Amino acid sequence: MDLEFMEAHLPLYIEAAVLTLRIAAAGILLAFLTGLITSIIKYLKIPVLMQIVNAYIELSRNTPLLIQLFFLYFGLPKLGVVLSSESCAIIGLAFLGGSYMSEAFRSGLDNVAEIQTQSGLSLGFTRSQIFRHITLPQAVSTSVPLFCANIIFLIKETSVFSAVALADLMFVAKDLIGIYYKTDEALFMLVSAYLVILLPISVIASFVERKVRYAGFGDTSTVSG
Amino acid sequence: MNEILQVKHLKKSYENNEPVLKDIDFSLQKGEVVVIVGPSGCGKSTFLRCLNLLEPIDEGSIILNGETIDRKDKNVHQHRQKIGMVFQSYELFPHLSIMKNILLAPVKVQKRNRKEAEKEAEVLLERVGLSDKKDAFPRQLSGGQKQRVAIVRALIMHPEVLLLDEITAALDPEMVREVLQVVLKLAEDGMTMAIVTHEMEFAKAVADRVIFMDQGVIVEENRTKNFFAYPQTERAKQFLNTFHYEALEI
Amino acid sequence: MQDLGIQVLFQGRNFIRLWEGLWVTLRIAVIAMGLSVLLGFLLGMLMTIQNRTVRCITRLYLETVRILPQLVLLFLVYFGAAKHLGLNISGEAAAIIVFTFWGTAEMGDLVRGALIATPKHQYESAGGLGMNRWQTYFYVIIPQTIRRLLPPAVNLLTRMIKTTSLVVLIGVVEVVKVGKQIIDASRYQTPTAALWIYGVIFIMYFIVCYPFSRLSLWLEKKYKN
Repeated sequence: MDLEFMEAHLPLYIEAAVLTLRIAAAGILLAFLTGLITSIIKYLKIPVLMQIVNAYIELSRNTPLLIQLFFLYFGLPKLGVVLSSESCAIIGLAFLGGSYMSEAFRSGLDNVAEIQTQSGLSLGFTRSQIFRHITLPQAVSTSVPLFCANIIFLIKETSVFSAVALADLMFVAKDLIGIYYKTDEALFMLVSAYLVILLPISVIASFVERKVRYAGFGDTSTVSG
Repeated sequence: MNEILQVKHLKKSYENNEPVLKDIDFSLQKGEVVVIVGPSGCGKSTFLRCLNLLEPIDEGSIILNGETIDRKDKNVHQHRQKIGMVFQSYELFPHLSIMKNILLAPVKVQKRNRKEAEKEAEVLLERVGLSDKKDAFPRQLSGGQKQRVAIVRALIMHPEVLLLDEITAALDPEMVREVLQVVLKLAEDGMTMAIVTHEMEFAKAVADRVIFMDQGVIVEENRTKNFFAYPQTERAKQFLNTFHYEALEI
Repeated sequence: MQDLGIQVLFQGRNFIRLWEGLWVTLRIAVIAMGLSVLLGFLLGMLMTIQNRTVRCITRLYLETVRILPQLVLLFLVYFGAAKHLGLNISGEAAAIIVFTFWGTAEMGDLVRGALIATPKHQYESAGGLGMNRWQTYFYVIIPQTIRRLLPPAVNLLTRMIKTTSLVVLIGVVEVVKVGKQIIDASRYQTPTAALWIYGVIFIMYFIVCYPFSRLSLWLEKKYKN
C-alpha cells in the first residue's frame, strides 16, 4: 500500500467524515423529534393526525432511503422545490429515521402499564401531569436500547448520500479509485473511517444502554426479595 | 351523622354485559373501617374503583362530604386527592427512588414545600419501618416493602378516606403480616378506610363493619362480630364456609 | 396540449420497463435471501455450539458484517475483487455475494436466537415421553423454532429488498437506471418526468415491501399465542 498517498489524502477523508457526522447529527435529531411527536399522536389516538402518521410510518419503513433521496433530489425540483444536497440528506434521514424512532418510542409507551396511570390518577395527578412525570420518563428509559440501535442504523444509512452528490466518505473513496486507481488504499481508508466513527458509538451505546437500564430503574445485581 | 362518603343507587356495567354493580347503597362514617368481602368477580374491586372515580358509572351518585362528585367534574383531581387508593400490584413508579415516589404527588399536585414534605415522608417511612430504603428503587424492594411504600405514598396526601384494593393478594404469605400490621395501626389512629380483602382473620381484626357482596349486590351488611359469628344469609354462610378446612369423611 | 408528466409512464413500454428494472434488484434479493436462509441455518446451529473458538469466530463475523454499511461491503467486493482477482466481476454477482454474506450473518443470529429460546425442559419433556433425539427435533423443537423464526425472517426479506436498491451505485442496470433512461429520453417532451418517475419508483418499492411487512406482523401476532 502507498502510505504517502494515504497520508496525502487523509484530509479529504477527515473532511468527508466530519460532513457525514454533521449531517447524521442533524438528521438524527430531526428523526428523534419526528419520532417523539408522531408516537405521542399515536399514543393519544388523535383522529385524522393518527391516520396521517400511520401512513407516513408505513411509507417510510417500506421504501429504501436511496429512493427517498432520489425523489427529493431529482423529483421535487420539478415542483419548484429545489433542495441542496445537504438539505436532501438531512430531510431524507429524518424521514426514514422518524418512523424508526417513532416505533421505538411507541413500544416504550405501550410498555407502561395502564394501571400506572390509574395509580397516578388516584394520587390526584391530571392526565398531562401523569404523562410528563410518570409515563414519559418510563417510556424514554425503556426505549433507550432501541434508540441506540436506530442511531447506529441511521449512521450506516448515511453511506448512500453520495448518490445525491454529497461529498461524503463513499464519494471520496469512489473518486480516488476513479482518478488514481488506488483501490486498496481508498477502500482501506474508507473502512477505517467508518470503523473510527461507528466503533466508539456502538461502545458508547452499549454503555448507555446498561447505565439507563440498571441505574434508572435501580435494577442492580443485588436485588433483594 | 358524620358521613364522609355516601353512595346512592350506584349501577355499573361494562359494554353490553351483565351489570357488575346493581343498585349499591353504601356509606362510610368518619373514622370507620369497612371491609368488603365476597367471591371473585362479585364486583367489590370495581366498586372501590368507582369510589375513586377511576371507573365511569351508569347511574347513581357518589357523595363526598355532602358534595356529589363525578369523574367528569373539572376538579376531579381535587376529589381524588381526598380519596387515597392502594392497589394490589403496588404500582410504585419504577423510574423513581422510594423518596421521590412518595414526594412526587405532594410536590407536583399539592405544590407543597419539598423540604417540609420530605420531613413528613421520613416520619411516615419510619412508622412503616422503611427509613433505610428511601434512596432505594422499587425493584430493590420486596413485595411487602413496596406495598408499605405505596401506603405511605397515599398517606402523605392526607386523604380523608383510604381505599385498599386486595393489597396483600400478590404477596407471599410471610409478607402479608407486615403490611396488615401497618393497616391495623392506621385503623387504631382513626383512619377512615374501605378495604377489599380475602384475609378473613384480618377482616375480623380491623373492621368495624363488614359488607358481603355477591353478583353485584350487597347481600349482607353487619357489625364485624355478628357477621362472622352469625351470618344472616345462606350465601354469606356458604362463602364463610369456603375458608374452613376440615378433613373430609370418606 | 397541457402536458401531464405522468403520461410519460404510458408511452411505449415505459411502465413495464420500470417493473423489469425492479425485478433485477428483486431477483438479487430473492437469490441472496435463499442462500442466506440455507447458510444462516448452518451458521445458527454452529453458533449454539459450546466451543470458544467457534463462538469467537462466528461472533467476529457477525459484528464485522453488522458494523459496516452494506454499501461499503459492496464497494469492497466490487472494486476490491476487480483489482485483486483481475476479473471484472459484474455488479450483480458482487451484490449477490455481499447480500448473501450479510444475510447469512443476520439469519444465523435469528436462527441462534430461535434455537436458544426453546426452553431446555421442552427437550426433557420430549425425552420423557420416550422420543428419541431425531423425533424430539422433528416433532418438538423444529416446529417451535420455525414459529419463532418466521416473522423476523420475513422482516429480513423486506430489509433485503430495500437494501438491494443500493446496487444502482455499483452500476447495475435496475429500476433507477431505467428510470433515468426514460427521463433522459423524454427530457424535451416531458420536463417534469423526473418527478413522476422517481415518485412511481418510490411507490413501486412500497407496493413490493408493504405486503411482506404486514405478513411479518401478522405472523408475529398469530404465533404469539
